[in-house]
Order: sequence, then structure tokens, then C-alpha cells
Amino acid sequence: MANQETILTVENLGVKFDNQEVLKGLNFVVQKGDVLAIVGPNGAGKSVLFRALLGLIPYSGKIQWAPGLKISYVPQKFNIEKDLPLSVEEFMKFKEKNPEKIIGALKAVGITDEYHIEHHVLKERLGWLSGGQLQRVLIAWSIIDNPDILLFDEPTAGIDVGGEETIYNLLKKIKDERGFTVLLISHDLNIVYKYANNVICINKEMVCYGEPNAVLDPSSLAKLYGGEAGFYKHEHEHNH
Amino acid sequence: MNIITNPFYLQLLVGILTGLGAGYLGSFMILKRMSLVGDVISHVALPGIALALIFKINPFLGAFAALFLAVAGIWFLERKTELPSETLVGIFFALSLALGILITPEPELLEALFGDISKIGPVDALITIALIAVIFFTMFRIYRGLTLSVVSKQLAQSMGINVSKISFLFLLLVAVIVALGLKVTGVFLMGALVIVPAAAAKNVSVSLAKFTGLAALFGVLSAFGGILFASYFNLHPGPIIVLASGVIFLLTLLFKK
Repeated sequence: MANQETILTVENLGVKFDNQEVLKGLNFVVQKGDVLAIVGPNGAGKSVLFRALLGLIPYSGKIQWAPGLKISYVPQKFNIEKDLPLSVEEFMKFKEKNPEKIIGALKAVGITDEYHIEHHVLKERLGWLSGGQLQRVLIAWSIIDNPDILLFDEPTAGIDVGGEETIYNLLKKIKDERGFTVLLISHDLNIVYKYANNVICINKEMVCYGEPNAVLDPSSLAKLYGGEAGFYKHEHEHNH
Repeated sequence: MNIITNPFYLQLLVGILTGLGAGYLGSFMILKRMSLVGDVISHVALPGIALALIFKINPFLGAFAALFLAVAGIWFLERKTELPSETLVGIFFALSLALGILITPEPELLEALFGDISKIGPVDALITIALIAVIFFTMFRIYRGLTLSVVSKQLAQSMGINVSKISFLFLLLVAVIVALGLKVTGVFLMGALVIVPAAAAKNVSVSLAKFTGLAALFGVLSAFGGILFASYFNLHPGPIIVLASGVIFLLTLLFKK
């Protein structure tokens, strides 16, 4: 990175639920403009890490954000059923009242036709959107107030790989345009190799940390995923 | 034609305001997927009314105290399990109704179960106006957080919304409206006035504004139509109000979105 400006320092971070250690001994630093991926098996504490970073749960150790940062968060869990009576417009307005900014954010995530946005997308029920459209709307929601940092907890369940690929392309494009920093949780190592400049592997504790090509070696993958490591490596060899 | 001195207009006013509040709050009960809780919560009021009658205090206060305990219990369950435990609620609320029927003094039992709108006086009207104002003022402040916490609890928390606190405030308002409605529809049916108009509104709404607005409107229409109809045919208004909301529900099914 040309312009090294530390925006987050984490030292010896630990989280306990009911006296059970869910995270311990995490140390890492995030620089402005980084894309830091967090990988690990299910239940490794990835989402817990985000919640600690956001100050939503008690933790031990140090989490130090640069002062005055605006943080946006896209959680993994959404509870949007088809019949939820909430329009896209109302959902966006919970965060930003200015209609021009709402249209601007939706354009930024690739919904470009303004007539279509005003007469169809905004009037639609949130629950009627397809998985891909919903993700676009969630990203639009998260970037609408021009955050300095985006925490993205892979809300991609039920989306095919092709669709997922597009969302990360889109995220990268917006990041390059607007110059924010991204922390993302992903199950897919392909995404990590392709988009992240740094990666932390966690399985309750830190297994590896550094540039993806340097640290995601067979031994740390084996430590992280056990027997599944070969499968992930194999996937990486496909060229999309 | 003075509203204060004409008992029928007074009943109509209290009924309409109760329907307004019940319908509006009901829409958020449905949003929070607490239809069953909304439907049976009023049953909890009966033991409270009974104890109040036995100890000669205001039945409204007894009902509210019992409802307060119930919503505190629901809130606790919600925090513990993320979702309200429907089975537990169903069992506990039905049992409290059984207990209430057993200990309510016989002469007051019918009134408590089905309401008696003819007993409404100017003081009841004033209390109703004041509490409905409190309900709408509070909801105006918390509806955004309440809705966001339904969409994603984590998202709401990350925006600095105290999900747990507003959920408790909301349930408290539900306890207030149910206690208010006991004179209008009685213990058995007040839950229905919370849930049925809102369920009807959901059938025909795409947006939150339309959903909550229609729910309130359907609540008002149910109370207004029910009281007029009951008065004309000299029937008991409580059940007619709930039946009116049921008719609205059936009609909205024809236009379901």
C-alpha cells in the first residue's frame, strides 16, 4: 500500500460466552484501503469477531479504531420473508431520507435505470427481491452514507457461485471508486485469493495472518479445515 | 349533541380509539411474528381482574399488572431464545384463563370475559384518550428500530439501536392497549382486536406505511361498525366488533397481494 494509514489495531482480542472461549489471542492491523478477508470453518468465531469489532459484545484485549471513522455493517443474518410488508424505499429511508442519495446508491450497485428504480425497485417489497437483487440493495444500504470501512459478513446463502462472483466484483468496483476499507467474511477461498490483500484464518484462535498467497499454505489450511483442505485447494485451481 | 353527556357517543369514542391503537400495535405484533402471543395475551388479564375485584381495587390496574407480568415473561423468553416460545406461551396463557375463571367472583365474570361497554364513563374516555396518545407518541419514536430489528437484529444493533429496550417498550404498549380494551371486548376477545385487523391489512399491503395505516383503519372500522350494529340490533358489542374485523379479513383475502 502506498499510503500506509492504520485504521484498526487489534491486540490479544478474546471473547467468552458463558465462560467458553469463542475467540482468543487475535492480533492484526488494518490499513486504509485494505481488503482483509476472515476465513475459517463454521463456528470458528468469524461473525463473533465482527460483533466484537462493532462493540456489540464484551471482549478482552484491545480494539482500537482510528478516530472519527464511519463504519458500515452488512450482517449475515437477515429475516426477510416474502410477505414482509416493507418496501425497498422504506428500508432505504430508515438510513437515508434524501431520495437522490437513495437513487445514487442503487445506481452504484449496478441498478442503472432510473425509471426502473423509481417505479419498480423502490416500490417493491423487500421480500420479493431475488437473492442477487437483495444483496445489491443491502450493499447500496451499506454504502449510502459513504462509510470509511465496510464489514461484510457474507450474506450470500442461497446464491449460486456465478451470482456470488458478481457481488464481489461489484463490491471491488465500488471500493475502488469510493476508496473505503473492507473487512469481509467468506467461506470461499477463491473469493479470498481474488479480492483480498490480507487474510486472517481463525478457528477460535488465529491460525494464519498475512497475504493470501503467502499464508494459505497446505499446513495452515489443514489446521484450519482439517480434511476439507484438499477440496478447497482444488477449487482454487479452476479459473473463473 | 354533547359527546361527554351522551353515553352512546362516549362508547363509540372509546371503542374507536381502542380499535385504532389495537390495529396499529397489532401490525407490529404480526411483523414480529407474535400473532399467537397477541391473540392470547388478553387471557392473562383475567386473574388480574379477579384479584383486583377480590381486593377491591380498580380492575384496570389489576388487568394491567397481570399483563405487565406476562409481557415481562415474553420479553425474557425473547431474549433467551431469539424467538418467543409459542408452546410455552400457549400453555401458560390458557392456564391463566382457567385460573382466572375459577377465582373471578361470579357476578363480574361475564363482564370480565366479554366486556361491558355500557359501563364506560367520561373518566374512562379521558384515560383512553391519554393512553392512546402515549401509545402513538412512543411508537413514533421506536417504529424504525422495531422494524429494523425484525429485518436483522444485528443490523439494528450495529446502528446503535437498543433492540432489547424498544422490544420491552413495545410489549408494554401492547399490555396497555389490551387492558384498555377489556371494557370494550372483554378478556376473551381483546387479543383478536389486536391481531385480526392487522392480519387483514397485511393481505393487501406492500409497504409498511400502508400496512400499519390500514391496520389502524380496520381496527377503527371494526369497532365503529361493531358498536353501531350491536346497538341497532341490541346485541353484545364485544363479539360483534371481533366478527366485524373477521368480515374485513375475509374481504381482504379477495385482494391478497
